[in-house]
Formats: sequence, C-alpha cells, structure tokens
Amino acid sequence: MVKEAEVPSTTQSSSQQQARPRKPFAGNLALKCPECKEMLVGRDWEKNLKVCSRCSYHFKLTAYERIELLTDTDSFVEVDSDIISVDPLNFVSRSQAYDAKLREESENVGLNEAVIIGHATIEDYPLALAVMDFRFIGGSMGSAVGEKITRAIELGIEKNTPVLISSTSGGARMQEGLYSLMQMAKTTAALAKLGEARLPYFSLLTDPTTGGVTASFAMLGDVTIAEPGALICFAGPRVIEGFMHVKLPEDAVTSEFVLQHGMIDAIVHRRELRQTLARLLHFYGKTNRKSSEFLEESHSHVHQTR
Amino acid sequence: MTYDLEFEKPLAELEKKISALQRKGERMKADEHQQLQEAERELRRRTEEIYSKLTAWQTVLVARHKDRPYAADYIRLMCDDFFELHGDRTFGDDHAIMTGPATLNGETVMFVCHQKGRDTKEKQLRNLGMPNPEGYRKAARVMQQAEKFDFPIICLIDTPAAFPGLGAEERGQAGSIASNLYLMSRLRVPIIAVVVGEGGSGGALAISIADRILMLEFSIYSVAPPEAAANILWRDTSFAPQAAEAMRISARELKEIELIDELIPEPPGGAHRNYQATADNLKEALVKQLADLRRHPLDELIELRYQKFRNIGKFGRAVV
Repeated sequence: MVKEAEVPSTTQSSSQQQARPRKPFAGNLALKCPECKEMLVGRDWEKNLKVCSRCSYHFKLTAYERIELLTDTDSFVEVDSDIISVDPLNFVSRSQAYDAKLREESENVGLNEAVIIGHATIEDYPLALAVMDFRFIGGSMGSAVGEKITRAIELGIEKNTPVLISSTSGGARMQEGLYSLMQMAKTTAALAKLGEARLPYFSLLTDPTTGGVTASFAMLGDVTIAEPGALICFAGPRVIEGFMHVKLPEDAVTSEFVLQHGMIDAIVHRRELRQTLARLLHFYGKTNRKSSEFLEESHSHVHQTR
Repeated sequence: MTYDLEFEKPLAELEKKISALQRKGERMKADEHQQLQEAERELRRRTEEIYSKLTAWQTVLVARHKDRPYAADYIRLMCDDFFELHGDRTFGDDHAIMTGPATLNGETVMFVCHQKGRDTKEKQLRNLGMPNPEGYRKAARVMQQAEKFDFPIICLIDTPAAFPGLGAEERGQAGSIASNLYLMSRLRVPIIAVVVGEGGSGGALAISIADRILMLEFSIYSVAPPEAAANILWRDTSFAPQAAEAMRISARELKEIELIDELIPEPPGGAHRNYQATADNLKEALVKQLADLRRHPLDELIELRYQKFRNIGKFGRAVV
C-alpha cells in the first residue's frame, strides 16, 4: 500500500526558479525541534546541517541542499532538468485537476519534479546520482520521477561509474494510476542492468522513505544506508494501525528498526555521510576507475556465460 | 448462483420469475412455456447489456465477487496435473501465494499465483489473498527453479495488496517485493502474468514482471486499492468509487492506453457465472502467448522484456 504524505510548507515563496541551493529558512532567527521541542537558533541550525544540536533530529533537506552536502564543490552537473510530469489520465480529485496541481507545486517548490539527477564527484570519485525532494507532492513517483531515476542509472552504465540514489518519498503517485506502479518495475529493471555491468549501487534512505519507492529501488542497494530516525517502511504506521487496529510503538518502522531487522547495512549521521560515501566509493569503485582492462574482460565474461 | 450485486437487481428479478416458472415443471401451461423462454432471452440480453457498460466501481465489485474463480480453480480446470510447492525455506509457508509445476497443453509450466479463500476459515488461512514477505520469497525460490529447468512461468494475479502488518515490515515486505522485480526482469524463461481478479499495487506487481501482461475482462489493476487512493486524495475512503473511476483500473481502459497486452473475454455476467468457459478462454490465451514467446531467442526475449518496462511512462519537457 502506498501513501502520500503532506508537503511541509516552506516559510518563503520561491521567486527565483531553480536557484540552488535554496535556503528556505534563511532569515528565520529561531525554530523549534519537532522531536525534543528545543528552540534552535536558525544560523547555528543551518551550520549544523539542519540537525538538532540537542537530540540529533535530522530535518528534511531539499534535493539541492543534499547535493551540496554530499558532492565536491561545483562538481555536480545536472541532466534532464526539463523533464516534467504530464497528466496522462486527466485525473481530477476533490475538484482539483492533477495538471493544475503540478503547476502549483512546481511554482511553490521551484522544481520541475520530485527528483534531481546528474553526475558529480565525491572526494574525486565520479558517480551518477539521483536525489529526491520531498516537497514536490511528497516525493511521490510518477512517470517523470521514474524516467529520471532510470536515466540516472543509465548514466552510471554509460559513464561506467557507481550510482547513488538518495530517496525520500511517500510512494507511488496516485494521480498517474498504473503508470506510476510500473515505474517501480522500470527503475528496478534498470538496476538489474547496472548489476549485470557489475557497477555498484548505493542507496541512501532519508526521512521518509515509504511505499512503492521502498518496494523498488530504495531497498536494492549493494550497500544501503539510512539517516538516523527516518521513517522507513512499505506500509506507513497509520496504514498499519488502521488496518490491524493496533497501536504501534513509537520507534516502529524507523531506520533503527530496519537496521535491527537486517534490512539495511548502516545508519550514518548526516555529518558523516559524505565521508562514508567516499569510503564506499573507494571500496567498490576500484574496478571501474577509468575503464580498465579488467572490466572489459569481466564484461565479455558476463556475455559468454549469461 | 444468484445475482447479488446492487446493479444486478433487474437481473435478479428476471431470475426470480424464471425459477418460479421452472418450479411448475410439467404443470406449466403453454403460454407459460413461452413466458419462460422470453424471460430467459430477456435475462441474457439484459446481462450482456449491463455487463457491456460496467462503471469502474461495478467492475471492482465483480472483480471481488465472492464466487469469482481463484487461481486454484483455473489450474484445476486448465491443467492435467499440478503439484503444489510450499515454503520459502527461510521462515514459513505463505498460503496467500500458491506455486508449483503443472501440465498445460502437454508442457510443464510453473504457476506462481495469489490465492484467496472462499469460506471464513480459508480466508483466514489465505490472509484474504494478501501475501507476507515469505510468500514473495517462496515465489522467488520457485521462479528461480523454473529458470533452472526451463519451465515457462505463469502468474495469476489476484490480491487486494501486500499485507500491511508490523510483522511484514519486520520480515522485509518492501525488500521482498523489490527483489522479485529485480529477479523477474532478468529471468531467462518466458513469463506471462494474468490479472484474474484484483491487481492491487505492489502486492500484485511483485509477481507481475512479465513478457506479456493479460487481464480477464472484469478484473482490475491499480496503483493502490481504490479505498486507499480515496483516503489519500479525498481524505475519505467512501470516495473509493470516484478513485476507481479516476485511476482507470479496468482491463478495457488499460488495454486502450496499452499498459496491458491482451484482454481475455469473460462469459456474460462475469467469470463466476461459468468457470469452465472462463478457464477455456484463459487457457487459449496462455497457449497462444506461450507459443509466440517461444519464437524469441532468450537474449532477445530478455531485451524485449526490458524495453517493455523501460518504455512505460508519459512525461513532457518544460518550455524554457
């Protein structure tokens, strides 16, 4: 089952389209941690990578903020930024047309879709990456998101580099019906091709990662890591509670829960993410730094035996 | 079998009239004989009329009909022999998923199906057709075995959704679905998926990555159960009929937008009115599609399957 969470309101409207990195809280002097209720000084909070200094609550990051956090300065080259969603089913709910919703969302958030893709380097290791943004219709996946994720994976295959996908999503996008469901198949099939090319895929789960995104590319990393305290599940707590008529413990279906149950490899604090990815790229990237002869050999081996 | 759905009321009345006349048997007068024939003709005509223009929600009700044939019925009616394989070899045996080899048209095929329960006890056993991770892992095990022995795989889809429970989360519901999508996209045997009832979200997709996707005429296939979509978009599950309409979930609409490959006709009044006729139609479609898929060399088959899913989606380009 999939769900779509509400998009948190930003305190500032975006007049500059596509400005990066956006600073939605710029000018906010103080804010309250939703977890421990501590009052945080805006400037310190930004310096602390939007992590609560008292309880380590990780606030959501926008896609461009996360790209800035993870990649080498000015190394990120965005591709296919002009891909947008269309309204293939002429979908209307509660007297709101989906294509009007898309325009509104695009204007409010300042993005064309819920994912940004491109290539960059982390500590000089090249990689292809896709970074999702929860503000755009709850990071939900329709055709455009599925297409961009797939293209990011294909970019990795084409450039012979590892792929990183940073997920945050309420799941498949209802308004595109079965097209949305099929994006799970499309993105996963592309990952299977990446796997056959023996290129590593790193999956980063951030708050929240749920529904159809969890049940496709997010849970398929060769290495899967999560930020602390993120909601990570297939069916959300409200869905489970509603269906099973039970009350879930507070820490159910979080990063810590999925780590404990063997579904992910590690939980990594935001300030250590970049370094962790660099280490992983070092471990797994060896065989494909520049297109080595070793790789070409293993490629022909794959063709012969499969 | 009575007509028990709301929109079938006119049919139920005709049926009542018919059975009243039939009860008279030999005591029937001449004009009553004629009345009976007329009523039967009228029933056929009205059934075809009503079923030719079902709304999305009415289709949902037919797809969920308590008497609708399930996978086990189709296997029994289509195949000479079937041996059920149980268990995921790791945790347990999920009865919402039924798997095993069967003989179809003289050839061994591997069935991987959802299975719902008919009475209360069996419903409980089958968990209303909602699989847990061990069910998807059983499916994965059996599909890998099919690849090993070069058996084509036939998936019969009929689930409201993957089971949304804490235990399912603990045992990796999301990961088990994702792994199946990954596995099926590269399996080196022909795969055919047929939605025979409800194709509910990721729970259905997890055994539906196929070279051909078929649907029975009055089955549904959707990104989420209509109730769940209504809850998300209308914030009220009672808008399920509107959600069903808006999401285009019927076989006919999905064939129109080319998200499925073939629509398999059902007898008038739906599959539950005539199990054998439905099974015959299903078998005919399966045999034809299998023969067609066998024409492709395996490498080509896998590439065609990749392209099939790679090309699904509608998007545009922003005007700068």
